Order: sequence, then structure tokens, then C-alpha cells
Amino acid sequence: MAEAQVNVEPRNIRKDKDEVVISIKGVKKSFGTKQVLKNINLKLKRGENVVVLGRSGTGKSVAILCIVGLLKPDDGSLKVFGDEVAEMSDSELKQLRIKIGFLFQSGALYDSMTVRENLEFPLTRVLKIPDHAEIDRRVEEALESVGLLEAIDKLPSDLSGGMRKRAGLARTIIVNPEIILYDEPTTGLDPITSREISELILTIQKKNKTSSIIITHDMECARITADRIVVMDDGEFIAEGSFDDLHKSNNKIVASFFKDIS
Amino acid sequence: MAEEVIMPGWKRWLEDIGDQVGFFFKFLKNIFVGGFEWSEFVRQCYEIGYRSMMLVGITSFIMGIVLILQLRPTLVSFGAASMLPRTLSVSFIREIGPVVIALICAGKIASSIGAELGSMKVTEQLDAMEVSGANPLQYLVVTRILATTFMVPLLSVIGDAIGLFGGFLALNIRDSISFSLYFTKVIGALDFTDFLPAFVKTIFFGFAIGFVGCYKGFHSNKGTESVGIAANSAVVTASLWIFVIDAIAVQITSLLFYK
Ligand SMILES: Nc1ncnc2c1ncn2[C@@H]1O[C@H](COP(=O)(O)OP(=O)(O)OP(=O)(O)O)[C@@H](O)[C@H]1O
Ligand SMILES: [Mg+2]
Repeated sequence: MAEAQVNVEPRNIRKDKDEVVISIKGVKKSFGTKQVLKNINLKLKRGENVVVLGRSGTGKSVAILCIVGLLKPDDGSLKVFGDEVAEMSDSELKQLRIKIGFLFQSGALYDSMTVRENLEFPLTRVLKIPDHAEIDRRVEEALESVGLLEAIDKLPSDLSGGMRKRAGLARTIIVNPEIILYDEPTTGLDPITSREISELILTIQKKNKTSSIIITHDMECARITADRIVVMDDGEFIAEGSFDDLHKSNNKIVASFFKDIS
Repeated sequence: MAEEVIMPGWKRWLEDIGDQVGFFFKFLKNIFVGGFEWSEFVRQCYEIGYRSMMLVGITSFIMGIVLILQLRPTLVSFGAASMLPRTLSVSFIREIGPVVIALICAGKIASSIGAELGSMKVTEQLDAMEVSGANPLQYLVVTRILATTFMVPLLSVIGDAIGLFGGFLALNIRDSISFSLYFTKVIGALDFTDFLPAFVKTIFFGFAIGFVGCYKGFHSNKGTESVGIAANSAVVTASLWIFVIDAIAVQITSLLFYK
């Protein structure tokens, strides 16, 4: 891949398997009087996929918004690549955000732009790639991988919910981020597409040594993508382990997620 | 990022002022960070000009006609019918044209900017842009504010011309006056101290329209009803600003020019 002009450094410099890329300790967050995150602790290692399970409204989205600095934790420490996010200057935060991909639950496509322009946006505005052929190639490649090439010149308003989700995913992965935070990547998709997306997440992890946090309710997605699963309830992580470990758990809340799985 | 905290009204008002000042400095800073978004700026200028041209043209034309018809009886009773073109041009260029056109633009442009950015906020597009490492202030806000600052004065000049033309047609209903005579009278009545302060004023009007629209959109709450609130309060606030700026402008102009 001709990536000379891209200012994202090759990610095999430090291929140390045990390097912790995200370290969250005792993070708390309230809105007004409502405490959403009570005590969050998590270590994400390089190249690892961690799946977060949890009921609706437990604060999963809030937790990953804190990681990219869109929300500020009230207390606790949240380090990415060893640096405290809350203490970063604007330009440091920007540099960090370039290395983190974020898939919004809603897809968050720019609705005044076509799918192509949506995907070009991070390439031209953030990575500042000057070469049009290179941009076209990467846009087509990313859309191909989510199976959306035929919708390249459509506006988001002309896409179905699932297509928007996939376009959002393509826009997230197109910059080859080192860390990807997926907020419900398969919600609203049919089982076949869900499975393809789950496998795509796995492929990205293997190919780019990406570390990911994947929020999902889709147990099939969790089974395919997870190296490790944490279960969140009421602002805390209450259980942690591999898919098989948690499958055997006696905890009522954990068991409720696995009840339909034989 | 709206964090719902219940505060007394005056405190929230003060905080809002503080936020606006902060937003203004962010805007200034982002004009000069590298890579000005020329294509987005040009697109916005086109959109703003194109969207408002018709409306500004029609209202100015009608204003010109109506003013002549309203002024005529009074001036005729003083035997000063020949003063009509002069009266129209001075009142239109100095005050009525800029203010009415700016109010129309506030209704048309500030609301659409407020609604557009407000809906981008609600659907997390602003967050997405920020999280991707791009700069929504530079891409969305700087371009829109500069576009209105640039286009509103232009629309005013065009509107003034159309308004004066409307006046010419209205004059010809009762009296008959040749276009060249009318034109000479209108231009002769004006000098630099009529035109320049009015023009400078429209630059500020344009800035206020873009700034208020962007601020209201950017700072709207999450939830679909906030889009309407953002659009609505953008119009109200921008209109208020137009009158405040107008009041300040007349003080400054009379200090400087009309002794
Ligand atoms: N900006 C905000 N202001 C106020 N409250 C908020 C804000 N963002 C989230 N909350 C509250 O925090 C709680 C957790 O929200 P969050 O979006 O993290 O849930 P979630 O676990 O992602 O649920 P879901 O699975 O439905 O997406 C909710 O009760 C929500 O009302
Ligand atoms: Mg969520």
C-alpha cells in the first residue's frame, strides 16, 4: 500500500502483544444528579477485541464517548496510549482522535454529502491525502468491504437504516485507525449482513492489529469478534471473561444475555 | 455534550453570554488555522445569495413603491413633489433598505443555518466530525459566518438598487419623470456619508446573522425539538442584534458625520 503521504504511523513498530492501549481506572460520570458511570475499570491491549454487553441505558455509549474526550469524566483516570485524555491540549486530542475510529450508534453520516463525499471527508480533511486516485481507491475499497459499492453516489437520506450503518462503518475504517470503538455495529441489520459485519470486524483486527471495543446486544457478533467480554450493568462492569466463561456464569444478568444460546 | 443542570435564569443568561464570547474567539482562531475551506465558503455564498435573492428583490421593490406612494401626499402638500426622489434615496439607502433586507435575511438565512447545524448536532454529525479529527468549526462555522458577512452587504446593495427602481416606477404612476433625470436626482442626493456608514452597517448585520445562526445551531440541545428551537431563537436573536447594531451605528455616524 502506498501510504507514504499518510501521517498515521505504521502500526507494527511496537507489536508488543501486552501493550495496554486504553487504561480506564475508577471512572465516574454524572449528568445533573443522575450518576451514569459509577466505577468503570478496563484495560484494552493492543490487537485485542473487547465486547461490552449491557442493557439499554446502562451507560455504554457514555463510556466510549469519554475515551475520545467528547465527554469529560468527573473522576478517575482514563489513559489512551499512556496519556491522560482529560489533560490533553486541543492539538494532542486531535492527534489522538486521528488514531481512534469511532462508529456512532446512529451512523452519524453527514447528510448534506453523498456516501462518497462522506468517506472522502476524513481522507482529505484529516489525513490530507493529495492524490485523487489514491482517495478513490480507498473509498471504493472501504465500500466494497461493507458491501455498499452500488450506493457510492447516493445521499444518506436515500439509504436504508442498515445501509447508513454500513456507510458509517466504512467511513470509520477507511483511515485505518489503531483503535476502533464500535457502538452497536450490527444493530438493525439482518442476520446475514450482521454476520458479514462481524467477520469484517474480525478481519480488520487481524489485518491491521487493531484494538477494539465493541458495544453490542448481538450475541452472534460477540461470539465471532470477542477475545474478551465484559458485562456492564448500572454504570459498572459486573463480569468479565471469554465467551465460554461467561456462558457458564450463574450471575442472573450475565446469564440473561446467553439464555438463547445453546 | 449538553449537561442538564438546573440554574436560575439570570445565571444561565450570563453563562450564555460567556459562551457566545468564547464561540466568537474560537471563530476568530479558526479563520487563521491552516487550510481555509474555499470550496465550502463559495458553496455557502452561492446558497445564501441564491436562496435570498428573490425574496430580497421582491421586498425591496415593493418597499420602494410603497414609500413613494406614502411620501407623495405629504411632500405634495408642501409643494415639494420634486423632492420625492431625493427623500426616497436618502431614507432607503441610509436606513430602510439595510434594516429591512437584514431582517429578511435573518428570517431566511439565520434560521436555515440554525436548523442545519442544530440537526447535525442532534444526529451526532458534529460529534462525528470532531471525533474524526476534523474541525467542524473551521469547516462549518467559519465558512458560514464569513459567507453571510460577505453576502448580506452584497444583497443589500442589490436590494437598494431594486428598491430605488421600484420608486421610479411608482413615481411614473402620477408624475412622469425620465429615468435619467430620476437617476441624476437620486445619485445627486447621496454622498459618501450616506452610503458608507450604511454599507459598513450591513457588514455587521451579515456577521450577526451568520454568527447567531451558527451559535444557536452548535449549542442546541440533543432531541429533535431542539432543531426547531435553534432555528427559531436564531431568527429572534439575530433580528434583535440587527436593531441593536442599527442603534449603535446611528450614534457613531451622527458623531462622525452629521454635525
Ligand atoms: N448528554 C447527555 N446528557 C444527559 N444525560 C445523558 C447524556 N448522554 C447520556 N445520558 C444518559 O446516560 C444514560 C446512559 O446512556 P447511554 O447512551 O450510555 O446508554 P447505552 O448503555 O449506550 O444504551 P443503549 O444500549 O440504548 O445505547 C442514559 O440514561 C441517558 O439518559
Ligand atoms: Mg448506546
